[in-house]
This record gives sequence, C-alpha cells and structure tokens, in this order.
Amino acid sequence: MGITQILFWILTVAALFSAIMVISSKNPVHSVLWLVAAFFTISGHYILLNAQFLAIVNIIVYAGAIMVLFLFVIMLMNLNKSTEPLKNRWLQIVGIVSGGCLLLVLVAALKNTEVSKNMAEMGTGEAGLIKTLGRELFTTFVVPFEISSILFLSAMVGAVVIGKK
Amino acid sequence: MGESEGAMPINYYIVLALALFTIGIVGVLTRRNAIIVFMCIELMLNSVNLLLVAFSKMQPAKDAALTVAGTDGQLFVFFIMVVAAAEVSVGLAIIVMMYRNIHSVDINFLNRLKH
Repeated sequence: MGITQILFWILTVAALFSAIMVISSKNPVHSVLWLVAAFFTISGHYILLNAQFLAIVNIIVYAGAIMVLFLFVIMLMNLNKSTEPLKNRWLQIVGIVSGGCLLLVLVAALKNTEVSKNMAEMGTGEAGLIKTLGRELFTTFVVPFEISSILFLSAMVGAVVIGKK
Repeated sequence: MGESEGAMPINYYIVLALALFTIGIVGVLTRRNAIIVFMCIELMLNSVNLLLVAFSKMQPAKDAALTVAGTDGQLFVFFIMVVAAAEVSVGLAIIVMMYRNIHSVDINFLNRLKH
C-alpha cells in the first residue's frame, strides 16, 4: 500500500466523519464548521487526483465564500444557540432507514457495471492543470462561460430584490 | 488491484460519493432547520463533483494524445460550482426573507405557503 492509498483512506474516513457530524450536531455553527472540514477533505481528494485547479477553486469558493455566507446568515438570525426543535423520533428513524436503503440499492446496482472495472489514475495527466483547463475554457466552452456571467448578474439582482422587500 | 503506481479502483470513488450523497439525503429528511437542509444540498452537490472528477481521471495517461483527456469533466465541475454559488446567494436571501416574515427557519412552518 503506497502513500497515495494511505492518503486516500485517511481523506475518505475524514470526509465521511465530518459529513456525519454536519447532520448530527445540534448547533448550526458547528454544522457549518464541519461542512468546511468536509470541503477541505474533498479538496484533498482533488489534489490526489491531480485536479489542482478544482482543489483551489473548491477551497476558495466553497470553504471561503459560500460557508462564510452561511455563517453570516446564522449570526444575523442569532441561531447559534441550538433552539431547533427536533423532528419526531420515528420520522428520524424512517429518514435514516430510507437513506440506508437508497445507499444499498445504488451500491448494489453500480457494483458490477462495466465502468466500475476501470481505475482512476492519480497524480498523472495534465487535465487538471490551470493551463489546460484555461485554454479549453476560453476556446470550446467560451459561450457557457459568458452565459454563467449573466447567471451571476441575475442571481445578484434577484438576491437584492428579495432582500429589499 | 493496484496494477500501476498511483491508481485507485473507480469503485471506491463511486461508493464514497454515494455515501456522501446519502448522508446529505438523510440530513434533508431528518433536520428541520432550513439552513442545515440547504447545507446538506451543498454536500450532495459536492459528492457529485467528486465523482465527476474521479471519472475524468479514468483514461490511462500513458498515451501522449490522452494526457489532456478528461478536461471536459473537470470543466463541468467548474460550471456546477458556478451555478451552486449563484444558487446559494438566492437561497439564503429567500431564507432571510422567510425569517423576517415568520421569525423562524423551521421548515415545518413553511406549510403555510399552501394558503
């Protein structure tokens, strides 16, 4: 077992643990911080797969911007003292059981497909480098890129309009 | 397994992404705080992103013509992040507006949208 495999398992366990802590911690602020930890482990997975650009963008956009926005909203509403009434115990059990059934069915369905016999190459290839991605983004994908700027503009206008009411 | 130096079976990534996705679904089903439900949706989006990146690295990189194969998949992940950022800004604005109107972020109170 090489260093890559060891790092893969460490990051996997950390990702699953922090994701479980997101949904099980009572305090919303703790949930946000655990979600930041989950995003960092997912960025670690991207680095292992040599997707360097996406790893940095994931940290900057998700862990940096979006999660700070969540924290601001929680602070603004003064929700940081776990006052959330929990759902009925039976509803929680039903939710967990149905989620587990979904996981079981999906894993069983995807276990023996043709695609799952492949290997994911780690630490090789130039697909994830900024040079390659930037060239592709500004030649082949330039129209979706410009459309996404319009999407951002409309989201900004929408947020301001909703917030002003 | 492990025929070449650094390679993981794609199976592991599929199972990891499915587990993260399921944890997000369980969070959506069992929590009542609208902000936490929204965060679980972000977690589900990220598990899909992880699976897309793993699939984009499935081609063998030994062939010189294939060294940049998989760029499309990673650009899809980039666009998913773009859409998620726009979605979060609008969604949080909606949650703030809801808090201003009914002074709570409990999604059980949202059923008064019906009438």
